[in-house]
Amino acid sequence: MAEKVINNEELFILDVRNADAFEDWKIDGRKFEYLNIPYFELLDGVEDILPKIPTDKDVLVVCAKEGSSMMVAEMLSEAGRTVAYLAGGMKTWSEYLEPIKVGDLTGGGELYQFVRLGKGCLSYMVISGGEAAIIDAVRFTDAFTSFADDKNVKIKYVYDTHLHADHISGGRHIAAATGATYYLPPKDAEEVVFDYAPLIDGTTVQIGASQIDVGAIYSPGHTIGSTSFVVDNKYLLTGDILFIDSIGRPDLAGLAEDWVGDLRETLYKRYRELSDELIVLPAHFMIIDELNGDGTVAKRLGQLFAENHGLNIKDGVNFRSIVTDHLPPQPNAYQEIRQVNMGKLTPAQDEQTEMEIGPNRCAVR
Amino acid sequence: MKSNLQLDAKGLSCPMPIVKTKKAIDTLASGEILEVQVTDKGSLADIPAWAKAGGHAILDKCEEAGVITFFIQKA
Repeated sequence: MAEKVINNEELFILDVRNADAFEDWKIDGRKFEYLNIPYFELLDGVEDILPKIPTDKDVLVVCAKEGSSMMVAEMLSEAGRTVAYLAGGMKTWSEYLEPIKVGDLTGGGELYQFVRLGKGCLSYMVISGGEAAIIDAVRFTDAFTSFADDKNVKIKYVYDTHLHADHISGGRHIAAATGATYYLPPKDAEEVVFDYAPLIDGTTVQIGASQIDVGAIYSPGHTIGSTSFVVDNKYLLTGDILFIDSIGRPDLAGLAEDWVGDLRETLYKRYRELSDELIVLPAHFMIIDELNGDGTVAKRLGQLFAENHGLNIKDGVNFRSIVTDHLPPQPNAYQEIRQVNMGKLTPAQDEQTEMEIGPNRCAVR
Repeated sequence: MKSNLQLDAKGLSCPMPIVKTKKAIDTLASGEILEVQVTDKGSLADIPAWAKAGGHAILDKCEEAGVITFFIQKA
């Protein structure tokens, strides 16, 4: 499935969830065709929809968790059609991580982007000289620890650029399992109930013998603690402050009016002082068009200054109005997710899955 | 609320709650009321959407200790 998205293959998706769920969130692909018919409208048979289902391309039946798509796929195959269903449904799709190499670092190091295609979350692993740092890990900690094992590196540092509101962080769990140090910006961590190392402006660590710098830049606006990283003087990890085709929203911790000035300052002053040649690596993508040909989500800072609408709003009053008055709906269960990331709530795995249903919605366009 | 038929679909996962609800509704006459209990979270959105598509009315919905009860009046 991930290959079909990244390689821009053709696919016909019969999504049998209800219309609201489909409208809200679906599997995006540049060359995908869609038909949304809720499974409960097909209980009496699939004859009516057969003419709408192509016979000359792959057909995938999709539902929330698998059960309904399996039922509809069986009905279709009894009607003589060859179709597949998405094992695990949107639930599993939301959890899938694809590690993709972004580039080489000084002295044999590597930078990987973990693309959570179904939800739009992006996590990072910096590898150098047998050591690794992880930034903005999602909650599927095995994906990171087993990747580190495969690469034969020891995870030393784990960072969250900010207290996330759209997804549950795996950061402190990875740190606990590996003995790594977990960093969080203290201004976002006033209510957290676990120990962490403070991530502040100028925090710099070196990874591996080749001494790759990972340096923190205080860049508030999405949250008051939001922090960016410059890796190897080449990559700028922007967290949820700056995306490829949009900018961060300032309201998810309830203080849009207070933080909009910080957001403006970060995007229009602090980032302007950095080199245009830095490659921006955000913590999210919103739409499939933000993916590069190789599946990575990355673009030169100079190009974003030229093309990203959110970086080209000259008038400060207008900027304030755009990022506070025209915000999209908030992510599903965002307040509960913040509580989980503070360590105040410890929901079971299936509850965590329910909380993370839907798109990430961290941006304002 | 009084109902003409009770259906226990607790513990079943999608699509079974809807499959059973549909079968139960098919046995009722227009205007009669089906009471159905489910535990599958997906049903929370799917049962109202299914009812709307078929013209059935959800008269009441309540949730207690993880069990969701719908009262559905057949169209």
